[in-house]
Amino acid sequence: MNIHSKSIFVAACFGLLAVFPLVAGNYGIDFVTKIMVYAIFALSLELLVGATGLVCFGQAAFFGIGAYATVLLSPQSDAPSIALLLPACVAVAAAYALVVGSLSLRTKGVYFIMVTLAFAQMAYYVVHDTPLGGGTDGIYLMMKPVWGSVLDLDKAASLYGFTLACLVLVFGGLAVLNRSRFGRALAGIRVNEQRMRATGFSTYPYKLAAFTVSGGIAGLAGFLFAVKDGFVNPEMMSWHLSGAVLIMIILGGIGHLRGALIGAFAFALLQELFKSEAIFGAFAKHWHLGLGLAIIASVVFLPSGLVGLPEQIKARLMGSKNRGAAQ
Amino acid sequence: MSTAPHTAPHSATPPSAHTSAREVLLRGKNITRRWGGLVALNQVNVELTRGQVHAVIGTNGAGKSTLINILSGEFPPSEGAVELMGQDVTQWQQPRRARAGLGRSYQRNTIYPSFTVLENCRLAAQATHQRAWLWWQSASACKVSTGIAADVVARSGLTDLQNLQAGLLSHGQKRQLEIAMCLATRPQVLLLDEPLAGMGAEETDRMLTLLNELKADHAILLVEHDMDAVFRIADRVTVMVNGSVIATDAPDAIKTNLQVQIAYLGEH
Repeated sequence: MNIHSKSIFVAACFGLLAVFPLVAGNYGIDFVTKIMVYAIFALSLELLVGATGLVCFGQAAFFGIGAYATVLLSPQSDAPSIALLLPACVAVAAAYALVVGSLSLRTKGVYFIMVTLAFAQMAYYVVHDTPLGGGTDGIYLMMKPVWGSVLDLDKAASLYGFTLACLVLVFGGLAVLNRSRFGRALAGIRVNEQRMRATGFSTYPYKLAAFTVSGGIAGLAGFLFAVKDGFVNPEMMSWHLSGAVLIMIILGGIGHLRGALIGAFAFALLQELFKSEAIFGAFAKHWHLGLGLAIIASVVFLPSGLVGLPEQIKARLMGSKNRGAAQ
Repeated sequence: MSTAPHTAPHSATPPSAHTSAREVLLRGKNITRRWGGLVALNQVNVELTRGQVHAVIGTNGAGKSTLINILSGEFPPSEGAVELMGQDVTQWQQPRRARAGLGRSYQRNTIYPSFTVLENCRLAAQATHQRAWLWWQSASACKVSTGIAADVVARSGLTDLQNLQAGLLSHGQKRQLEIAMCLATRPQVLLLDEPLAGMGAEETDRMLTLLNELKADHAILLVEHDMDAVFRIADRVTVMVNGSVIATDAPDAIKTNLQVQIAYLGEH
């Protein structure tokens, strides 16, 4: 896929998302809002895994911290201002990412994966076992944020539009970043960090900056999720969610922004599919099994993820054409 | 034949008469590296001067690559010191040494295969031209890095291929690109680890021509197994065996050095 095709594909996706509320009901709007939040979350991890080559297994911590900050920083009696609450939530998540990154980035490979998981589990147990996060029951967001009289996120359509705007901004921002000097340095680190150091790049600050930005974006997704559900609980920081977001980018195709987007949609749709009693009857109770098998199959048959599917089909067709010509 | 070779064990420092008139850019002094009980380098001295290619030869495991790794700052010596242009850089991290003018290439290709030839060089050039406040600026919009990259691509004879994806280059062209990326960081000293490995005769000639051109402005350390190439281009040759230097001298003197013949070249 050349750059124009990619741009057209992404623009078409955003265009479809923009008109979707015109034809969808409340369930559809709520469902797609959730997927767009997951897409932002997946994009945050794509910056680490796809762009920088850092496999973080604790991304849910930043997501959860953004969500918890949304509730904890909101006043009880008044609707909080988006203009204040949103940057604050992103900043809190980014600050935690800065702390986690400054320590975990001193390790590599599997140690890095385990250290990020350990930090995420620490955050999980802080909200799970202390009154701060309301324990296993979680806590409610009493009033949804507003932006004066212009925007009220209590309305599903407004939240949908706001989430879509955030998604477009995050996607566009990361696209600019990937082409920037900073993004090229991250790509160099992903391919060969040793070479980058020999060239004169102190790679640690680059990786830490990427880690912090990634945490901030995950915090933004957490903010939107808390606002959508009006409720947060410790499961938002659990390793299951860190694993799920990793699966999203694997499913979509690591190393591609649109892969994160496609992966989030594919993951959520597969989840809904296997949960459907209309299709799977009593087996729908065991939807984890079906989803797991589907993911294993996709990794086996789509090694480049869903973004690689057109190329794979093209190669298959070319192969059969060439075989036909040879015979 | 010139003077008798310097054969004192553990010392590769050429007699001062050889270097006093030349500018010594990199000096390794009494470098020792131990890995547990194994002594990978033992009291090695080396001086690289501008305008010279200093070849380091030795069998596999002699310590050549370890020497390059220590000089470039990949890891520290157990003992000894490294001076770059008169400054003690032993405690400096590798990126700082690179920015101070020390470029190196690796045995294996370390190019970025998905980038074009020009992009590879531009990224390397960016290392000496890092601007944190311009993080968002498109890499291709940076005129300084692009200018340096275009210059080194031309100097390395890769201009016709500059828009080709680096992964599609031939092996020899990839090795040329390695050197071009080194040059893009504007180094004074080049540490080249087997740049001719796997090259055909024509590609070797091209690379030697390039190195000959480069030596006027640089001090070059060349680790290489291709003896014909070494004796064609080197001004000084150091021979290493088991982590120690057994001789350092002019190529002709090394050829006739009995100790070298026994230890490395084989007694005929």
